[in-house]
Order: sequence, then C-alpha cells, then structure tokens
Amino acid sequence: MSSNAFFSMRLSLQVASMATFFVVLVGTIIAYTLARKEFRGKELLDVLFTLPLVLPPTVTGYYLIVVFGRNGLIGKIIYEWTGFTIMFTWYAAALASFVVALPLMIKTTRASIESVDRNLINAAYTLGHGEMETALRVILPLAKKGIIAGAVLSFARALGEFGATLMLAGNITGRTDTMPLAIYSLAGSGEWTQAHAMVILLTIMSGVFLYLANMYSKRGT
Amino acid sequence: MGLSVRLKKKVNGFSLDVEWEIANELAVLFGYSGSGKSMTLQMIAGLVKPDEGFVRAGHKTFFDSAAHVDVPPRERDFGYVLQDLALFPHMTVMRNILFGAPRVSKQDKLSRAKEMIEAFKLTGLEDRYPSEISGGQKQRVAFARALIRHPEALLLDEPFSALDNPLRIEMRCFLEEVRKKFHIPVILVTHDFYEAAFLAEKIIAYSHGEVAQIGSLEQMTGQLRFSREQLPY
Repeated sequence: MSSNAFFSMRLSLQVASMATFFVVLVGTIIAYTLARKEFRGKELLDVLFTLPLVLPPTVTGYYLIVVFGRNGLIGKIIYEWTGFTIMFTWYAAALASFVVALPLMIKTTRASIESVDRNLINAAYTLGHGEMETALRVILPLAKKGIIAGAVLSFARALGEFGATLMLAGNITGRTDTMPLAIYSLAGSGEWTQAHAMVILLTIMSGVFLYLANMYSKRGT
Repeated sequence: MGLSVRLKKKVNGFSLDVEWEIANELAVLFGYSGSGKSMTLQMIAGLVKPDEGFVRAGHKTFFDSAAHVDVPPRERDFGYVLQDLALFPHMTVMRNILFGAPRVSKQDKLSRAKEMIEAFKLTGLEDRYPSEISGGQKQRVAFARALIRHPEALLLDEPFSALDNPLRIEMRCFLEEVRKKFHIPVILVTHDFYEAAFLAEKIIAYSHGEVAQIGSLEQMTGQLRFSREQLPY
C-alpha cells in the first residue's frame, strides 16, 4: 500500500476515534435525558437528533456548512474571534462523523437506559442516593451493554462517513481524504489495484466492528 | 418511636384515603391486591407523592402537605424491601450492602457492612453476585442492605410472596428475629392471611383504598391468635 493509503487509513481511525469520543460523551447525556426526563418538546428533540440518520449525508453536510462554515451562524463568530475555520480541516471530518454517528449512539443507549428495571432505580433512591449517584452507579452500569454497542456502532459509522465529510472537509489529498474519500478518488482516476485494497480493508474493519457491537449487545451484564 | 400517616391520592380512577398510626410494633397491611397497600408504602418512602396528608416517623416529618414539607426519598430514613428485592445484579453481596450504608467514613461503612454480614449469616458470600446465591440468601442480603442505615422503620412489600412454603416459613421466623434485633416499627404488606396471622401485632385491613379495620388479630377475628401448629403452611 502506498503512503497515501496509509495516511488515509490513519486519518480515518483518527477522525473516527475523535468523533466516537464525543459521541459517547454527548450521546449518553442526551440519551439519559430522553429516557429519564419528561419535558415539553422531548419528542421533537428526539426527531432532531435522529434526522441525520435518514437525511442524505449531503443535506446534513449542507446544514453543517450553514452553521460552521466561515460565514456560518457559529463559524462566523469563531472565525472573527480566532481566525480559524473548521472548513477543509480534519476536524471538519470529525465533526461530520460526529453528527451522523450521534443518532446511532442515542437510539441504542436510550433503549438500554429505558430497559433498566424501575425497581432498581427506586431502590437506589430509598437507599439514600440522589439522581447523579444513581445514574452513575446503577443506571449507566446496567445500561453498559447498550452504551458499548452504541459506541462501537458509532465508530463503524464514523469510519464509513462520506457525504457530509465531503461537503464540510472536502477531499484534499494528504489532508482530509479519509478512506471512503480516497476510494472515491482512486476509483475516479482508475487506480483499481489501490482502490481494491482499500475497499477490502474498510469492509473488513467495518465487519469486525459490527461483529463486536453484536457480541456486546448479546453478552450479559 | 412509631409511624403515623394520613394519605390521600387519586390516580387513574383509583382513590386512596387512609389514616393510621403504629407504635414500635409489626403491623401488617392486609387486603386484596389493588386495595392500595403497595402505593401506601411507596408514598411513605417518597417514591409517589400523595395529594394530601402527612408521613411522620419518630420525631421526624417526612411529608406534610399543609406545611409544604416533602423530603426526597434519599433523605427519608426508611428501609424498603420489595417483592423482587431489587438487588443490584452488577454488584457483589458486599457492594449491595455497602450501597445502603449511610454517609460515614469508609472505615465505618466497612465495619457496619461486616456486622450486617455476620448478623444475617452471609459470611463467605461477600464476593458473590446475586445470581450466584439462593433465594433465602438474597432475602437476607436485601434486609441487610435496607437495615445497615438503622432506619426509622422497615417497609416490606410482600418480600416473601415469591418464595416456596418452607422458605417462606423460615423467613417469617427470620423477620421475628430482625424485629427483636432492631426494635423498629415494621410494616409488612401481604395478602397472605396466614402470614398476617403469624406475624402481626397489629393488622390494618385495607378495602378499596380505605382502612376497613384496624386492631390486633384477636380484636379483628374475635379469636385467639393462631398458634404456629394451627397454620396450614
């Protein structure tokens, strides 16, 4: 494999790792809130966080440009303050992966938090523990399977992210060309041997992660 | 030491309106399922909020709608044991018991837990998970966990109803021992008449969300208390 291919592989893993880290952190908090709290607009919030799952990635990417682009709602403020824009950097690839992987984390984790026995939660309260402690010591450990499965699924999804990344990070060789983008370029320029190798590698990697996710969802607590 | 409650609540067409008081004794809440017994315990523990009324134990007021007092469940001093025991499956016996310990130093928590383990004949099972111990042992873990804080009262929601008869009888004797050891009011919810007859110093009979009768078994049935031999199981 060429050095470009190695770069793409390393970049993909780096992007997927960073995206997954934030997906787990943010996704767990959102999933907990959706599973355990009652408030107005809850289902609307759920729809909002699920949308990237069904929207074409180009549309998700478009929204991200509108928000984080140099002239975007938030991007503009960041650019004016720091002179930095996320566009066409590997952070943009991580942000795109984060947004498209987040719904998978929220769906899996919310379901597993909702399935924690209500009696166990009540028992924790009557044994002298508040909400935070009950969440950390009872609810989240018992929802562990779902959280890990969600994290693995999110990592696999982030690894395969293409459309939103292309919109936000572009396809710059040696800078933002993650494996899916590199494959697109290789196929476009007829470099089939390299494309083959990378396609097979990406398929195997994704397969392994899906297998791991399945194993975790089946395993007992 | 004692417990007095007045609880009013309307929920989904069911209406509960009860008032009773017990001293430092074992009282049985007796009645058909759906008569509001479990809901009463949930309201005492603070898991369900009454529309109106009060919950007082000893000198402490945990709920008083008139005075706008509503202490959250974690600060109410009650040991609560449910039918399914609600042992944490991801914690060992030791950790389950420690989870009920009050906020004292780690050293104190450990020594209290060891005391409970000895008192409840759980020595040697400290590192086992709930799935690795027998039904009777699970019951004892649940009691140890509920009592490690030395609560004001013990609330028992049919803790023995899932057990087979020999074990159930053993657990009744065990409960008498617990009463002797901790000297706190115990409220036992049951719809098993023989359990009520065997254990109750006072019976509070519920019917359709109201107290139908209250008193000792002798007062209520006009008979002498059943001796153990007379019980069919």
